[in-house]
Amino acid sequence: MKIGVFICHCGSNIAATVDCAKVAENARAFPDVVFSTDTMYTCSEPGQEEIIAAIKAHSLDGVVVASCSPRMHEPTFRRTVERAGLNRYMFEMANIREHVSWIGKDREANTNKATELVLMAVEKLRRNAPLFSKKFESTKKVLVIGGGVAGIQAALDCADAGLKVVLVERETTIGGKMAKLDKTFPTVDCSSCILGPKMVDVAQHPNITLMAASEVTGVSGYVGNFTVSIKRRATYVDWSKCTGCGLCTEKCPAKKSPDKFNEFMGPTTAINIPFPQAIPKKAAIDPAACRKLTGGKCGVCAKICPTGAINYEMKDEIATEQVGAIVAASGYDLVDWTIYGEYGGGRYPDVITSLQYERLLSAAGPTGGHILRPSDGKEPKRIVFIQCVGSRDKSIGRPYCSGFCCMYTAKQAVLTKDHIPDSQSYVFYMDIRAPGKMYDEFTRRAIEEYGTEYIRGRVSAIQPDGKGRYIVRGADTLLGKPVDVLADLVVLAVGVEGAKGAGKLAETLHISYDHYGFFMESHCKLRPVETNTAGVFLAGACQGAKDIPSSVAQGSGAAAKVIGLLSKPQLENDPQVSSVDIKRCVGCGKCVDVCPFQAITKENIRGEIKAQVIEAVCQGCGLCVATCPQGAIQLSHFTDNQILAEVNALCQC
Amino acid sequence: MNTSDLESSRDEAFIRAVEEESGQRISDCYQCGKCTAGCPCGPAYDLQVSQIMRLIQLGDKKAALEAASPWLCVSCSTCTARCPNNIDVARVMDTVRHIARREGKKKYVMNAFWDSFLQTVRYCGRTYELGVMAMFMARTGRVWTDLDLAPGMLTKNKLPFIPHIIQGKDAVGRIFERFNEMERRD
Amino acid sequence: MNVAYYPGCSGKGTSVEYERSTQAVFASLGISLRELSDWSCCGSTPAHATDARLSAALSARNLCLAADTMRRYDATRFTTPCPSCLANLKTARHHMAEAKFREQVNKLLDSPCPAISDKGEDPLPEVVSTLQLLVEDYGLDNIAAAVRTPLSGLKIAPYYGCLLSRPADIMKFDDPENPTSMDRLLEALGAEVVPFPLKTECCGAAMGIPRRDITSRLTGRILETAVTYKADVVAVACPLCHMNLDLRQQQAKAAGNASYKLPVLYFTQLMGLAYNLPMSELGLDKLAVDPSEILHKIGKEVSA
Repeated sequence: MKIGVFICHCGSNIAATVDCAKVAENARAFPDVVFSTDTMYTCSEPGQEEIIAAIKAHSLDGVVVASCSPRMHEPTFRRTVERAGLNRYMFEMANIREHVSWIGKDREANTNKATELVLMAVEKLRRNAPLFSKKFESTKKVLVIGGGVAGIQAALDCADAGLKVVLVERETTIGGKMAKLDKTFPTVDCSSCILGPKMVDVAQHPNITLMAASEVTGVSGYVGNFTVSIKRRATYVDWSKCTGCGLCTEKCPAKKSPDKFNEFMGPTTAINIPFPQAIPKKAAIDPAACRKLTGGKCGVCAKICPTGAINYEMKDEIATEQVGAIVAASGYDLVDWTIYGEYGGGRYPDVITSLQYERLLSAAGPTGGHILRPSDGKEPKRIVFIQCVGSRDKSIGRPYCSGFCCMYTAKQAVLTKDHIPDSQSYVFYMDIRAPGKMYDEFTRRAIEEYGTEYIRGRVSAIQPDGKGRYIVRGADTLLGKPVDVLADLVVLAVGVEGAKGAGKLAETLHISYDHYGFFMESHCKLRPVETNTAGVFLAGACQGAKDIPSSVAQGSGAAAKVIGLLSKPQLENDPQVSSVDIKRCVGCGKCVDVCPFQAITKENIRGEIKAQVIEAVCQGCGLCVATCPQGAIQLSHFTDNQILAEVNALCQC
Repeated sequence: MNTSDLESSRDEAFIRAVEEESGQRISDCYQCGKCTAGCPCGPAYDLQVSQIMRLIQLGDKKAALEAASPWLCVSCSTCTARCPNNIDVARVMDTVRHIARREGKKKYVMNAFWDSFLQTVRYCGRTYELGVMAMFMARTGRVWTDLDLAPGMLTKNKLPFIPHIIQGKDAVGRIFERFNEMERRD
Repeated sequence: MNVAYYPGCSGKGTSVEYERSTQAVFASLGISLRELSDWSCCGSTPAHATDARLSAALSARNLCLAADTMRRYDATRFTTPCPSCLANLKTARHHMAEAKFREQVNKLLDSPCPAISDKGEDPLPEVVSTLQLLVEDYGLDNIAAAVRTPLSGLKIAPYYGCLLSRPADIMKFDDPENPTSMDRLLEALGAEVVPFPLKTECCGAAMGIPRRDITSRLTGRILETAVTYKADVVAVACPLCHMNLDLRQQQAKAAGNASYKLPVLYFTQLMGLAYNLPMSELGLDKLAVDPSEILHKIGKEVSA
């Protein structure tokens, strides 16, 4: 073999503590090395040209570059050697920056270590074999999970690009949390007015299939070829017949059913349409509240429905879809704030969440847009807003900032003044986070123009005074005093976490998630809408608490990734995958059990059970290799022999 | 009149001492004020609880140890119960009291009460309530303290004249002696 | 059932009715309170505010005595009625789990405390409040079964005080913000418990002596709130809370310009009433605020 070695200076990043010329000189003595040099910046254009020239001049069939971490430039150099006519896997990198020059100052020791790392790379390269990707077809269809504003945006962008889209939404209507808002900051736009047209576009787009009241229950396959099973919940109303006229709602006798859309702020009927602009505008029955479904008595809606759409016998159905990519846009939910006993633990009727308050503010809400105290229906005059309930709180395991509560509280304070001109609002805050465009100016307006009292300090406790009002015990840390406010209504800016069931959805999609239920992106800075699972992307609050503009941007970002992925006529797989030597395989199946991606199956080969790897699904993690008792399964480009060659090289130094 | 030179007023050793004795990391505090908000004695304090924490964070030993607030604290642990950063604030206040006493800082009235209380325990093995009151009055000159309660308590036999002196009173006394000796040595 | 018992210093003085009613109630339920022989003061707040090691040593002496008592009577539990003693005993045991601190404390004692075993078992016993013992060990069903005169018609505000369930990681009892043990115990006696929002709000403790204004304000707020919630009586489980709410009720009223008369009883006194125990054992005549009105509601008189 003829190997060329290139030692990079990386300016002074490496050269400051490593004698690169010496390393290059040492490498000349290594087996199969016919060319060795050091360069200023190997990844630069002249640096890459130098590699290509050397390959041609010395007929090299393998290259080692000693420079930064492969995570930085391995793809770059692989493409370089490919341009010179070599197979891209006849290339190895030695990390002499993050692993050597950046962690120690001893020049001699560093130079020694760099030399050893280069030797290891050379020895591995000597055992490398060319690898070739396989091309495979992809389905030009995308699954979007979650019909909030992020999912809606992703669906519309993909559909506009000509892809077929399946949008699966858990509730009976799309719109997510944004549909629950009255107005949005910082413009105080009406939320349904700006979201409504997008929701209608989704319903009418020829490329979008909307599945509401549905949940994804299983995903198998691999990028470009996912098979998804979707549970379509029984709504007990045939949506192909329902016109959304609402007669059933008027006549339903079960008038005290819990109203999830209105955050349980008022009763609704067992059969209902959540809000006037719901998409799909179809009725659905809550089986736990319906008298016919629980007790067998009633049936009024079936009698009254002009199209005969009611069907009490409806069952859940499973639909199956083949898609090429998946966008997770499952959104967020509020943290369980009732664990704060000092705020009443949910026992005080006039201590409510920001989302509940939003429903009171909304004209389509349970009070017709009038702010009324839940306890006695009277109009409150003194409203206290408490920020950071469940955010920035290590004691409940939620140390992070939820990012948008400062903004919506300012908005709610502004709206409160509009609704009740003679009211006085107080906001207890720790810091005001208003980073977006026109955000800080908006919070200042709440204070300067709308007379909201902002008090810097947290609230220790809310104590009912026994006469219908609440003593809010807070502090003004700027003045250095404890302060009390006698409130008629208290609104808690509750922190957010991943939506309920996020963990289970993540496991279904084979993606990672954190303690708070947020899905993990590939790289927190540079790859915010991708996951480490090929073909699965993220958009919106499911990836981390964020406001509407960021969610919409991520929706479009995820769509761009999907469109890019599926625009290629065929996809290429990464050939660094496992393969089974069926001569050694005894069919024990341990690898099948241990594979996190279900990439290994048991096949019957000439009458014997053998393991077989689905190359397109295999992510090259190597768990199967470590598990196999026979050594029958090997990971290409990281075979036992290749790795042991590196170990031997090191042991002999 | 001068500004606080943060560099020179910062007593690093004091911060470490408070952290070690209280077992709490003072930099965990982000000055939210929840402790101040819930402190039942806050309205009577010269410096609020969160301000005492701030002084410790800044290493302002003098101001922290000379504040009246730690001596008006009733050790109810409301601050500890509600701190979002899991800081045992009550223990930090206790530690401030410990250090202040050791360094001979200005004593507040509460000290006189506590010293009187411990004095009776030292010599009787148990608290002698009447003795505590008498010593307190002698130390502070506040001879009218709770005189309005005396008739009620005496007629209902709630304030025994004779102290309960236990057999092991010397064992208890020795605890105090060894403690004083330990402090002298340190 | 045998339990080791630490009465606390005020039991012989300012909270004599708590001590007496506790003894009476436990005896009637068949629980033998084995008082630690020659126990000494735990030091209460004055000790822990003075020095952690001194405070722990004063408690440790009693923890060792308790271990002896439990061995002698084959008792499985160690209890005390006073939350301040409880806090000190528990805190001492908690901090003494750390070897260096234990060593320092041991140097102050006549005989050092036995060491923690290799398995992590501490020979110093755990201690619980009498309230916890009754509700958790004895059980609410048994408490209800012993009732002869249900306290029906009595509206009670349960006041736990600041120490019983805080700090949560040391006291390990009930909820630190909204405890309900006493609520359930009182309900088991047949009483109606009002949704009192100041259950764990501090009464001012011993601040009454040096700074009466602070205690009066805090106590006043508790009493006024109980009155707003239409309570007939406030139930307490702490000698200092009782002293502030009962003995100092007049001071609180004067400071707050208020007029009310709210009897404050120890929960054990209420249990004794429900169990028809002799009045002489309940010490109701020791109360500063006359409880006659509420006694009449359940058909009883202050003196038998």
